[in-house]
Amino acid sequence: MTGSLRAETIVVTGHGGDEIEAYIAQPLHDGRFASVVVIHHMPGFDEGMKEITRKFAAHGYLAICPNLYSREAPGAAPDEAAAVARALGGVPDDRLVGDVKGSLDHLGSLQSSNGRAATIGYCSGGRQSFLAACSLPLDAAVDCYGAFVVGNPPEGVTLKVGPIVHMAKDLSCPLLGLFGADDQYPSPEHVAQLEDALQKAGKTYEFHSYEGAGHAFFATDRPSYRPEAANDGWRRIWDFFGRYLATGA
Amino acid sequence: MCTYQTEKLDVSGSGKGPAGWFSLSNATVYFDHPAHYPAEHSLNIDFLDLAAATPSRVAVELDPNSARELARAILSTLEAVGGP
Repeated sequence: MTGSLRAETIVVTGHGGDEIEAYIAQPLHDGRFASVVVIHHMPGFDEGMKEITRKFAAHGYLAICPNLYSREAPGAAPDEAAAVARALGGVPDDRLVGDVKGSLDHLGSLQSSNGRAATIGYCSGGRQSFLAACSLPLDAAVDCYGAFVVGNPPEGVTLKVGPIVHMAKDLSCPLLGLFGADDQYPSPEHVAQLEDALQKAGKTYEFHSYEGAGHAFFATDRPSYRPEAANDGWRRIWDFFGRYLATGA
Repeated sequence: MCTYQTEKLDVSGSGKGPAGWFSLSNATVYFDHPAHYPAEHSLNIDFLDLAAATPSRVAVELDPNSARELARAILSTLEAVGGP
């Protein structure tokens, strides 16, 4: 692995045949690589998410981050697009699955694909990573502090999200969960309920909760960043993907 | 936490953004991660024109105490002039 990569903004075909913006990063050295869809957090398709996408390519993965707010505010700055998406109720679940599938199809069509595929998502993307893994045939999925896999949003909230823990029986792949013990959404109780559902469904999973960390501990540009939790989390991700995404694994 | 705590309301009025004045259709009020204010959470208000071809926005991210003072000042100002 050289760490050399190429990153660019492209257009992929998402849910309903819609053309959506996506950021793709690929290793430059020869080889075949697994696909990773990076599902952005609620603040949107921003610098932090693009940095994470490049990090996967530097570690030998074909990585893509679809702009889930492409339709609401095409070409807008990430914070503007996120504000509009919030006002319009957020990303519908079926649209998310279609956009992830379109992103995976694009990576899978590349000559350097090894045929393996995973999702990873942060914040609202954590819930969506679980949703994608229960809706599409994947080889691995990572949920980073996704809220409302378990439990309902507060009363009166305009965002159209609801619990999806009942989908655990449909989980198509091993799940890595990384959580902050001080988080409220998801709370340790929510995480325990998800773990219980996965156990009952006989699914393979690996959960880590970090003391002293709350929500968004991976976000290096925010006060919530917790380097110890994030560094250990990255180590877990590389180990997990190494086990389930390598050819012949 | 990512609170998702969002209220959306219809509003009448105007806002001024980078491209000048525009008519407002909605406002969202939410307590969540700020994009700019250096805190884990803030009280955020977006004034929006969702009907425009390119959605326009005026945004603020406030410390919770500042937000309460703003709400109090808005109400007291309206009361002082006997507004509706």
